[in-house]
Amino acid sequence: MEQLLFIILSVISVAAALCVIFVRNPIYSVLSLVVTFFSFAGHYILLKAQFLAIVQVIVYAGAIMVLFLFVIMLLNLNNTESQEKRSFISKAIAVVAGCLLLISLVGLLKGSVLIPTLANGVSSDDIGTVQTLGKVLFTDFVLPFEISSVLFLSAIIGAVMLGKKDLKDH
Amino acid sequence: MNSFLPELSNVYFNYLLLSSVLFCIGVIGVIIRKNIIIIFMSIELMLNAVNLLLVNFSNMHNDPNGQVFVFFIMVVAAAEVTVGLAILVMVYRNTGSVNIDTLKNLKG
Repeated sequence: MEQLLFIILSVISVAAALCVIFVRNPIYSVLSLVVTFFSFAGHYILLKAQFLAIVQVIVYAGAIMVLFLFVIMLLNLNNTESQEKRSFISKAIAVVAGCLLLISLVGLLKGSVLIPTLANGVSSDDIGTVQTLGKVLFTDFVLPFEISSVLFLSAIIGAVMLGKKDLKDH
Repeated sequence: MNSFLPELSNVYFNYLLLSSVLFCIGVIGVIIRKNIIIIFMSIELMLNAVNLLLVNFSNMHNDPNGQVFVFFIMVVAAAEVTVGLAILVMVYRNTGSVNIDTLKNLKG
């Protein structure tokens, strides 16, 4: 059952990811990416990471993709006249290079020893719950957590500054 | 299927394989497309492939630290997308295009 779900979700992920990079219209690309992110959330549930699955849906599929859609619609980029002119040869070379990267990655990882370690105090079923993650996040990772809030603040300020029409008005 | 490829019987290796495939799709997307938005989305795809791998290893070693790392990667990705799309809007306002070939002034 789990194997079957994994295969279905994997096929959805890979097909939607291929749609993202090969579809002409950017709107369809964004929608395929949303499908990819939902299938990732399914993978997370299969891997017993329930909290991350919810965060994936809310943050990625909800917030980031809406940002992409807003930018595409505000800039009116969904016209087909801005077609990309790239020769077939260079595209084919890029695809071949990517496949070679995949082959070398798989060859590298093929011999890896994947032995699960199961003795870690927490039971494997509630490793992805809010309780466990929150405990870890607010004890071992307090400093990175606080630093990431500063990162967000600077990102907000940077986005506002970059998005302004003309900074010299003020 | 398991008799043909003995590695596929390992569920952790399956996720390793899936993450590699998705990462390579992201790399190909960055190379073949010229639209900056698609390139950003390919980068998101690569980040998600790495996230999936981290969650897989977290599950394998029964260790919540991996999932906390995924959490931080999501935070950084959100910040990156915010700034990146702001830069993209500014580039579009100045050049009237989102094709990366218009941004070759630094090439000399």
